[in-house]
Amino acid sequence: MEILKAIVETILLFTFLAVVTAMLGVYLERKISGWIQSRLGPKHVGPQGLLQTIADTVKLLQKEHITPLNADVPTFNVAPILVAVAGLLAWMIIPFGPAFGRIIMVRDINIGLLFFLAMASLIVIGILLGGWASNNKYALLGGFRSASQMISYEIPLALALMVPIMMAGTLSTRAIVEAQGGSIRNWYIFGGPYEWYLAIPGVIAFAVFIIAATAETNRIPFDLPEAESELVAGYFSEYTGMRFALFQLGEYAEAFGMSALAAVLFLGGWHGPVLPGIVWFLIKMFALVFLLMWARWTYPRLRLDQLLNLSWKGLVPLGFLLVLVTGWMLV
Amino acid sequence: MGELAAFIILSALTLIPAVVVVTSGNVVRAAMSLIPSFLGVTGLFVLLGAEFVAGIQILIYAGAIAVLILFVIMLTEGGTGLAIRQLNEQRLPGIVVAGALTIGLVVLVLRTAWPLTAGTLPASNVTAIGTAFLTDFILAFEISSLVLLVSLVGALVIARKEV
Repeated sequence: MEILKAIVETILLFTFLAVVTAMLGVYLERKISGWIQSRLGPKHVGPQGLLQTIADTVKLLQKEHITPLNADVPTFNVAPILVAVAGLLAWMIIPFGPAFGRIIMVRDINIGLLFFLAMASLIVIGILLGGWASNNKYALLGGFRSASQMISYEIPLALALMVPIMMAGTLSTRAIVEAQGGSIRNWYIFGGPYEWYLAIPGVIAFAVFIIAATAETNRIPFDLPEAESELVAGYFSEYTGMRFALFQLGEYAEAFGMSALAAVLFLGGWHGPVLPGIVWFLIKMFALVFLLMWARWTYPRLRLDQLLNLSWKGLVPLGFLLVLVTGWMLV
Repeated sequence: MGELAAFIILSALTLIPAVVVVTSGNVVRAAMSLIPSFLGVTGLFVLLGAEFVAGIQILIYAGAIAVLILFVIMLTEGGTGLAIRQLNEQRLPGIVVAGALTIGLVVLVLRTAWPLTAGTLPASNVTAIGTAFLTDFILAFEISSLVLLVSLVGALVIARKEV
């Protein structure tokens, strides 16, 4: 019975995510890039081009699966599934908001944030293996860049997470949101229900989190693993049809997941006046998604050495300082 | 019943890839097989009610150590995709040592009286582990961080090119 319930929940969540993140994500990305570049974006399939992504998915489903001759076949097939599953599993701990007398989330586990980080770190393996298994030098280079970048940025990401964890005293995402109730002043970006000066580490931690999350999800300005001007398409150069779409799904699921987590940790999750909680949560999440897309279409790409220096010489020391300062302020 | 089934499935998930790790002639596949093995161990930790250790297990072993091993192998010249011989002329001493070790371990396992009275789990074992680290086991905690620091500095000294 318990297993059946879990299976139903999983299917519901994954369907929701596939629709919201992949479908809407790709559509939004194209529309927003259109606005920024003074174009119209997709317009003809469905009202305002809303069905464009569905049409694209149907097209991708019909495409032939091409496996390169010298590829390592089992690894080549497993890698996109690993990326997509890990990207979607991270959503297990995201609380959407109160509805039908309970909080909508798959599981409220008491190591919530640790679980999220663990799933984010599994994505690296999928990308690295996909790059290696393709037996293509561009794919391999893309995989390597991705691995070094994601490992470097996991550390500032985890350190930025430490700030809300220390303020809330728990790893459970649900408890973290509940502690931010009341007014906007109680959001952890503004220091939570503590003294006003805790807003300083709050805002900085939020900024560090967003930068590290952008790098972790391989988006411009940190998209070196798939820099098309140097590496064709990076680690998924050799992937075709639905396997390519699975990589995209994993990437969008993670980008949306990071935005959702930032909304939960720093912006009070489902708390907000008048509108129902879930609506507030979605507003905050999409605002952050918009921020990511805005940055993507406005900034140029960094060089690899600049990227690694930014993490190791900038964000990591800043993160340690944040943890120290927050601890000192809280005591 | 459910617990037993979960234990058997997770043990298989841990042990079958572990066999692949030592028998596969392809180094990358061997390193790759470490990952399901680590994930199986994670499942066993969850089964024991040690969620914090499970989370750290994925983060450190599957997410960092496995990636590091894969990275190093993939960068090694000629290390990728080659069928490497599994046996060499030292087969006989190897069998003897492994056999002796197995017998020793089996004897040890059989002679240990496993206490079956389990303690009670704390409400949140994250807090419990944190408190234990910074009170009762502070010395061990500090020493291990010192060891990590020393190894970090050592690695830098060895890897650094003379300018």
